[in-house]
Amino acid sequence: MQDLANADCIVIQGANMAECHPVGFQWVTEAKLRGARVIHVDPRFTRTSAQADRHIPIRVGSDIVLLGALINHVLTNDLWFREYVVAYTNASVLIDEDFLDTEDLDGFFSGWDEEKGAYDLASWAYATPRPTASDGGEEATEGDDLSDAAAGDRYGSGGPPLDTPRPMTDPTLTDPRCVFQLLKGHFQRYTPELVEEVCGISADDFAYLADSVTQNSGRDRTTAFCYAVGWTQHTEGAQNIRAASILQLLLGNMGRPGGGIMALRGHASIQGSTDIPTLYNLLPGYLPMPVVGHHDTLADYLDAITSVNAKGYWSEAPAYTVSLLKAWWGDAAREDNDWAYDYLPRLSGPHGTYQTMTAMLDDEVAGFFVLGQNPAVGSAGGRMQRLALAHLKWLVVRDLQLIETATFWKDSPEVATGELVTTDIATEVFVLPAASHVEKSGTFTQTSRILQWREQAVHPPGEAMSELQFFHELGRRIRQRLAGSDDPRDRPLLDLTWDYPTDAHGEVDAEAVLREVNGVGLTGESAGEPLDSFTQLRADGSTAAGCWIYTGVMAGGVNRSASRVPASDPTDPAHDWGWAWPANRRILYNRASADPEGRPWSDRKKLVWWDEASGQWTGDDVPDFPLRTPPGFRAEPGAGGPAAIEGDDPFIMQADGKGWLFAPRGLVDGPLPAHYEAQESPVPNPVYGQQANPARRTVAGPDNLFAPSGDAPGSDVYPFVFTTYRLTEHHTAGGMSRWLPFLSELQPEMFCEVSPELAAERGLENGGWATLVSPRAVIEAKVLVTDRMTALRAAGRTIHQIGLPYHWGVGAQAIVAGDAANDLLGIALDPNVQIQESKVGSCDIRPGRRPTGPDALALVAAYQRRAGLVPDADQRSGEDRVMDEEAGDD
Amino acid sequence: MTDLRARVRRVWGNQLSGPTDPTADARWPDPPARKGFFTDTSICIGCKACEVACKEWNHVPSRPGGDTQGTSYDNTGHLGADTWRHVAFIEQDAAAQQRARESGARLVSLGMPARVGAAPAASDPAEPPGFEAVRWLMSSDVCKHCTHAGCLDACPTGALFRTEFGTVVVQADVCNGCGYCVAACPFGVIGRREKDGVAVIAGEPVTGYRGGVAQKCTLCYDRISDGLQPACAQTCPTTSITFGDHADMVALARDRLAALHAEGRTEARLYGANPDDGVGGTGSVFLLLDEPEAYGLPPDPVVPTARLARMFTAAGTAGTVMMGLAVAVFGIMGRHG
Repeated sequence: MQDLANADCIVIQGANMAECHPVGFQWVTEAKLRGARVIHVDPRFTRTSAQADRHIPIRVGSDIVLLGALINHVLTNDLWFREYVVAYTNASVLIDEDFLDTEDLDGFFSGWDEEKGAYDLASWAYATPRPTASDGGEEATEGDDLSDAAAGDRYGSGGPPLDTPRPMTDPTLTDPRCVFQLLKGHFQRYTPELVEEVCGISADDFAYLADSVTQNSGRDRTTAFCYAVGWTQHTEGAQNIRAASILQLLLGNMGRPGGGIMALRGHASIQGSTDIPTLYNLLPGYLPMPVVGHHDTLADYLDAITSVNAKGYWSEAPAYTVSLLKAWWGDAAREDNDWAYDYLPRLSGPHGTYQTMTAMLDDEVAGFFVLGQNPAVGSAGGRMQRLALAHLKWLVVRDLQLIETATFWKDSPEVATGELVTTDIATEVFVLPAASHVEKSGTFTQTSRILQWREQAVHPPGEAMSELQFFHELGRRIRQRLAGSDDPRDRPLLDLTWDYPTDAHGEVDAEAVLREVNGVGLTGESAGEPLDSFTQLRADGSTAAGCWIYTGVMAGGVNRSASRVPASDPTDPAHDWGWAWPANRRILYNRASADPEGRPWSDRKKLVWWDEASGQWTGDDVPDFPLRTPPGFRAEPGAGGPAAIEGDDPFIMQADGKGWLFAPRGLVDGPLPAHYEAQESPVPNPVYGQQANPARRTVAGPDNLFAPSGDAPGSDVYPFVFTTYRLTEHHTAGGMSRWLPFLSELQPEMFCEVSPELAAERGLENGGWATLVSPRAVIEAKVLVTDRMTALRAAGRTIHQIGLPYHWGVGAQAIVAGDAANDLLGIALDPNVQIQESKVGSCDIRPGRRPTGPDALALVAAYQRRAGLVPDADQRSGEDRVMDEEAGDD
Repeated sequence: MTDLRARVRRVWGNQLSGPTDPTADARWPDPPARKGFFTDTSICIGCKACEVACKEWNHVPSRPGGDTQGTSYDNTGHLGADTWRHVAFIEQDAAAQQRARESGARLVSLGMPARVGAAPAASDPAEPPGFEAVRWLMSSDVCKHCTHAGCLDACPTGALFRTEFGTVVVQADVCNGCGYCVAACPFGVIGRREKDGVAVIAGEPVTGYRGGVAQKCTLCYDRISDGLQPACAQTCPTTSITFGDHADMVALARDRLAALHAEGRTEARLYGANPDDGVGGTGSVFLLLDEPEAYGLPPDPVVPTARLARMFTAAGTAGTVMMGLAVAVFGIMGRHG
């Protein structure tokens, strides 16, 4: 993040950085003061736009067209960084002869299985000759299985193994099967004209963006991209980021100061909660969670996630895995029981938050822990979320406040509509007070991968306790209950290492946990000593480490996350401020900051280089490369792992050491990004015959109906696009802001932002009320009419976009309450990572407050009937007809 | 008459108007350098962290539960007893942006840099950036801590006083709530706190402050006395709010103005940096991107005492004349009576 200060141009797209990351935005301000150009591409003019040199309004969900057109612009005008691309990317690699592009198949790649609704990925692979059959040959390529396991993380941080780590290449980049030529063909129709038609962006704005980015890339200059959930929360979310990755690789901006793609993580330690994950499909350090049927033994698992002759550090995954098992199960993890591998749970399907919610509705879930979440307000399809909670036997809510998820049974909108009756709800709700961040010690891992230690300032009041304390105590009591059990299924719990020291107040020593996470030696002289580096980890049981990427945070026995030496100036990487994983590197893949011969690309952009005299890599950052592998090094044929990394393989976690312009494995919806319209869209897809991402996932059923898209009958019933987002003044679903008077007074009410044109068209008044209806729900909001919202021309029609902050919820406990924007959202998911499409939806808007009680349901139903989403049954009640006619008046 | 005004000035020094050292005027022995803010609105992101940090540190009551005001993202309205930092949000179209640039350019071309604190126009100004369809100005306003503070001069109880840092602070336990200061502030900064406000800190209502008394920014007198920064400056993520020695703040402001003018952004101008203005310059200096009125700031604030000498003279003259008239009239009447 600090490195943004070194950028010459910063493109913020899919993020509202000044509002949602105001502290990190200081580095953008710094870059600006040093002369950088800042461009904000966003549907709305936000506080970020106010700081940008130019704001470029875009139709929500069309980012791939814009990024694809930039890629096309760079390729056709020969503006790519040739030396970088040829040496450091897979541009020259030949792809399987069976591969067919979306250009050939009108929106599909080869391998589509209509019946399964998923791709077979085999034809996307690097071209043969294939090596030996033992080389990962068993790996499934069926996209539906992979999607269930959220394949974006399926292979861990190294990405998938390759059958051909040394693939066939054409260094001249002219072979029609090589990645470079495929890329050209794939994006050839992504032109400025298409951008104007699909995104609603003028030719002038596109030229400004294209010139800014290309003129600020190359040897002497770098451009950075910043994104957040404006890119991820789409049915093509992962592909948005892929598109930016391709562009940045072509421009040579990866691994270099002031370059890269900055993923802005949402809140304190959300990065930490993926590193040591709260995600169903990951183990610590981006090791994938084993899947039933695919990873039945440790050998199956390790074979699937790595292969011995792949290049790079991911080939050491066996050491990371065994060290993790040793950290968790200590002496019970032995070679003869596969290091207790069978103690790990297995995935039997997608167990993401939305699948879990539907399982609740099907009465398949007995109990539910809610920690640091407020799904009744913060998750898509709020009504389904709240109805699902009523199916539970028990619900534990640990929070700072009595949030709506804890009180759904008495004051949710469904109680008002009569769908839930308090006395009929059998869910037993336990509310347990949580400690705030000043009441506990531990680390936050922020968006720059930096762990920062936090001291406990005061003890938690009353019965409040930290998550660490709570789970330690819960584990202790469960183990107490199970003591003496000889049931094998209790062994994983009973064998856990659960012997953390406590302080005088009985609180678990958080630093002892960090020590376990860091890892210790188990044998010989190093027994009990903290490890300094993940390269010390072994698969023979001689080391234990709870999260291999964090190994080194306790190097030398010192808690380096507590280091607090600030930067001397904005260009100082400040290595002694906290500790960044891995190995305290501040810029990943920084070998790419030097040319193939190991010299900085330019003096202005030097970071890491080869020092001939000392025979090692050196520079201003910790080199992200084997320290003594010289630039010209060529590996022995058959070598694997770190020893196979050649001198010009900067992307050391990839199986071939190269940056992937084309992803032969890893994504389930295409090796290249292609533009699809959102699940709900006002226009037919102008690019392909295929309307939406064919591999997307949705939840079926009458509670999750979708508006017709494009020109389909009924699409005019929900004619407007809405997008949801956060404000600076509040925090996500409001648990940490709507109970605080100082924050609540700054944005006291739910509101919607509309353009003057839409306000005039629909009779909306600034400061008045509006009612918004989607196929899922009806909500009301105060109206803010502003020139910052603009109607766009796209696909030959006028597109009105409505802005909806999502911080408010219906309840009686908070200082400020209001309708929840997320209630309007449907549940449509990206197939790679199962994230919901909360940035795009279709709705209608009308002046005035919404109906209350059962009338609210009737209004939603009336719209559904008009749109043809439900049969227009004869047995409609008189009330329904009234609502229907009213709705028809619009 | 001129002679009388000069005599007033001799007695009062420059304590009524014009450039002066307010700390020395307040007879502080050996004071530290005058302290102040520089608020650079060109890098303000409108996060309102200053408003929140100020309220938390100073236990200023909040008033949640009100209605959205429908004025862009501003829901606290203006400075007052319960809002010591206030962020204004102003949305402007291209025409307004152009007017702002032209009015700023006129200030420069009129040769007014000395008066407005602007650096001389760059000899070769860059091609100025174009105008966007919409511009969103954000500015964190605060007490100006005037060189000649109207509130201070009007205060009959001594509740308001000049600190050793040259700032102006209310002593709530001395204030009798008369409200003279409210009318005397040319910026509308100070206000009287209503009695029903409650500050809630960490979930607990904070009692002990008095309702009905005048309240405003203290420039965190307690914090700066301990060598800390004021809460707002400490929390500002983009350094839009800078705190330091007043002379440094003015210099910083002038540098920033010169940089923006060099980019052709003549809409930029300083506010409060001119010691010859109606309040003798302010302790809180601002860089604005439009005329002060656009931000709800008075374009030409004048402290009431600036006219005191003239008023005194005029009153004296009027008195003399009236006395003369009275003597004449009563004399005549007396003769006739």
